[in-house]
Amino acid sequence: MAPVKLEKINKVYENGFHAVKDLSVDIADGEFMVLVGPSGCGKTTALRMVAGLEDITSGILRIGGKEANDETPKQRDIAMVFQNYALYPHMTVAENIGFALKLRKLPKDQLKAKVNEAAEILGLTAWLDRKPGQLSGGQRQRVAMGRAIVREPSVFLMDEPLSNLDAKLRVQMRAEVQRIQRRIGVSTIYVTHDQVEAMTMGDRVTVLRSGVLQQVDTPQVLYDNPDNIFVAAFIGSPSMNLYDAVLGESMRSLKLGSQEIDLPESVVLARPALRRYAGKKVVVGLRPEHLPAESDNATGPKLVGDVELIEALGSEQVVHFTIDANRVLAEGAVDKDEAAAVKHGEGVARVGAKVPVKVGDRITFAVSIEDMKFFDEATGLAIRS
Amino acid sequence: MRFVFSPPADEAAGLLTLPFGEPLEEWQDKRLVEIRQRGLSRHVVRFVADGGELYALKSISERLARREYRLLRALAERGVPAVKVVGIVVDRGPDLDAILVTRFLEYSTTYRALFSNPRVGHPSDRLLDALVELLVRLHLSGFFWGDCSLSNTLFRYDAGTLAAYLVDAETSEQHPSLSTGQRLWDVELATERTGGELLDLQAGGLLPAEVDPLSFGEKLSQRYDRLWDELTREEKLRPTEQRHRIAKRLRRLNDLGFDADELELISTPDGNKLRIRTKVAEAGQHSAQLFRQTGITADEHQARRLLNDIASFRGYLEQKSSSPVSETVAAHRWLEEVYDPVVAAIPVGLRDRLAPPEIFHEILEHRWYLSEQAGTDVGTTAAAKSYFKTVLPTVPDPLTTATEYVAELSRLPDQGGGSSA
Repeated sequence: MAPVKLEKINKVYENGFHAVKDLSVDIADGEFMVLVGPSGCGKTTALRMVAGLEDITSGILRIGGKEANDETPKQRDIAMVFQNYALYPHMTVAENIGFALKLRKLPKDQLKAKVNEAAEILGLTAWLDRKPGQLSGGQRQRVAMGRAIVREPSVFLMDEPLSNLDAKLRVQMRAEVQRIQRRIGVSTIYVTHDQVEAMTMGDRVTVLRSGVLQQVDTPQVLYDNPDNIFVAAFIGSPSMNLYDAVLGESMRSLKLGSQEIDLPESVVLARPALRRYAGKKVVVGLRPEHLPAESDNATGPKLVGDVELIEALGSEQVVHFTIDANRVLAEGAVDKDEAAAVKHGEGVARVGAKVPVKVGDRITFAVSIEDMKFFDEATGLAIRS
Repeated sequence: MRFVFSPPADEAAGLLTLPFGEPLEEWQDKRLVEIRQRGLSRHVVRFVADGGELYALKSISERLARREYRLLRALAERGVPAVKVVGIVVDRGPDLDAILVTRFLEYSTTYRALFSNPRVGHPSDRLLDALVELLVRLHLSGFFWGDCSLSNTLFRYDAGTLAAYLVDAETSEQHPSLSTGQRLWDVELATERTGGELLDLQAGGLLPAEVDPLSFGEKLSQRYDRLWDELTREEKLRPTEQRHRIAKRLRRLNDLGFDADELELISTPDGNKLRIRTKVAEAGQHSAQLFRQTGITADEHQARRLLNDIASFRGYLEQKSSSPVSETVAAHRWLEEVYDPVVAAIPVGLRDRLAPPEIFHEILEHRWYLSEQAGTDVGTTAAAKSYFKTVLPTVPDPLTTATEYVAELSRLPDQGGGSSA
C-alpha cells in the first residue's frame, strides 16, 4: 500500500498535443480516487502515466514516496484490475485466482493462504473448488479482482473497468468494487467518464477538462460547492440549471430574463465577493432539487416557468421547463448532441410526486435561495468569499 | 441493421442471409460449423462456412467492434500477420451487440491442437518463437496488443516452423511508436497469460509432461528481450569496420524477416554509433519470388524451401541438357513436372490436412530421410508415395480448411476447426 503523488505532471505527445497540463494530485494511502471528465480530458493519459505506459514529459510522479518516473510498470508494483480477464476452464476458482503467484513460484502454503484470504474478502470461499463454468457473471468478475488482490500491489489502477458490463451487473459491481477496496485498503485510482459512477464510488473525485485539473474533492463538496461552471454542470444528474443573470445595484435582487428574484441580505453576507458584482452580469446556478413547486402559503423568492416535459419517477417528478433567461452551457460538460438539444432558457426541477402539474402549465417554483451558486461570467469561477 | 464490410465485399455477400436479428448464441443456421480445440474467449464466437470460406463471428459491443475492425485493417495495412477482417454488423436490434466478422485463417491451428497432437516433439519452442516474433512485429509497427496470449493467436506450419497470427485486437492500441513501458507491460501480460493457459491445459490433463508451464512465460520474456535487442540495439563501430558491420547487421535483420527503415550514424569520441530504426518487412521476399516464378502462394520458409528445390531442379536440367537453362524456364518445368503432379497425387481425403506447399516441403524432408536410409536418392515420386501412405494420415484432422470439406466437417460428429477469435 502506498500513497501516490502527482507533482505538476505534463504529457505532451510527439505531435505537440498537450494532453495533461501541470496536474498535481495527492492520493492518500488507501484512498479511492476517481478521475472523471469528458472524453479527451486527459484522465486515461494521467492513469497511464501512473501505470508507466506513457512517458511523463515533465513533473514528478511519486509512488510510496519514491520517484517513479523512470520505473517500469512492473517495478511500480501496481495492479491493473479487470482488464481483459480470461478465466481458465480446467482450473478451479482457487487456481484461477492464484495462478500468477504459482508462476512466480510462491511456496504452496503462502499461495494457499493468500488465495483463501482473497476469497474470504470476495465472498468466494464456498466456490474455491468449483470451475468457472459454474459461476455467475458477478462471481466471474470477482475472480478477476481476486487475481489482483492476491498480488498485494501498492496501488490498484482501474480504467473504466465496468464499461463493458450490462447495466444491472455494472451497478452491482460498483458497490462490490467499493466494498472490496475499503476492506483491503489499497490506494486506488479509478478512471471513468460517468459522473454518477465517480460520485458513488470515490472517496474523492478529480475532475479534469482538456488536460487541466478543475477540482479535486469529496463528491459532496463537488456537488455542493463546485469551483467553476464546468464542475457545476458536469457533476450531478440532471445537471445544475445555469443562467445568465444581472445582480441588482442594491444587491437585493437578481434579474433572470424578465423575472426579478428577491435576494435576502444573508446571500451577500455568505458571499462577500458578490459585492463586486453589484449591477453586473453573473451566472447563477440552481440544482433541480432547489426548485420545489411553491406551496400555497409560501413566501420568499419565486421563479415561474412553462412546463415542457414531465418525467414521473414515482417518488418525485422531474419537470423540464423554460424561462426567458439565457441558459448557460459549459463546453464539454455534456456531449454535443445533448448540448444542441438544450432549448433557450431550459431548466429542470424536482417536484413532489403528488404536485398536480401537466405539460403546458405555467408553474411557480420556490427558489431555495441560500443554495443558489454564483459564478463570474468571464472566468467561470465560483464567487464565494 | 447495418453491414459494414471492407471491399471487396462480394465474397461475403452470402453472409447477409444469416439470422443477424437473433442472438448469436441462439443461431440454428445450417452453415454453422463447430470448431474443436478453440482457444478461450470472453465473448460468444461462432463459425460459419459459406461459399468455400470459413468465417469467425464474434458478438461484441458496437464500440469495441468498430475499434477492432479499424485496428485489424490497420494491422493488414502494416503487413502484421493477423486474421483478415471482413466487416461488422451493427444495429441488429434491441439488446443485441454488434458482430465482428473475420475470415478464418486457412490451414491454421491452435495451441491446444498443437499440444494435444504434437507431430515432431512438443511444440513449445516453436510456439514461443512464433509468438515472440509476432509480438515484436506488432511493437515495431506501433501496436500495443494488451492481451497477448496463445488463445488470441493462430498458428500455421511454415516448413517445419510455426508462423503466428494475431486473432483478437479488441484491446489493442495503435500509436506512432510504443514507449518502453508499453512494450514491457505487453510482455508482462503475455508472460502471465501464456503461463495461465498452459497451467489450464495441465489442469485438464492436456499438456505433455515434459512441458513446464512455469518456465514458459520466463522463456517468452527472455526471447522477446533477445530479439528486440538484436533488432534495435545501438552499437559502436570503428571507422575501419563500419561498412562491413552495417552490411552484416542489415543482412541479419533481413534474415530475421525485418527491414531497416532508417539508419543513423552518430559521431562520438569512441567512434560512430549506429542506430537503426527497424520495421516489419514487406511480404517475405522468398514468398514474393516464388509467387512471381510459379504463382504458388506460400509462407516464407516454405517458399525458401521450394525455391531451393527449383534451383536444384534447374541444375539437374542444365546437367541433362549440357546447356544453361533460364530461371523462368526451370521454374515453369518444375511446376509442370514436379510440383503439380505431387500435389495432384495427394489423396482426396487427406488434402486438407496441410497446405500444399507444406505437404511438398514435408515430402522433400521425407525424401531426404528415405534416401539416407537407402543410401541412395529415392526420388520425389517414391518419397511422395511413401509420405502419403505413412506420414500424411498421421497428421491430425484439419481444424478447418477453406474447401467444400468444411461443409462435410460440419455434418460429421467431433470434427471442426480451431480459433479463438
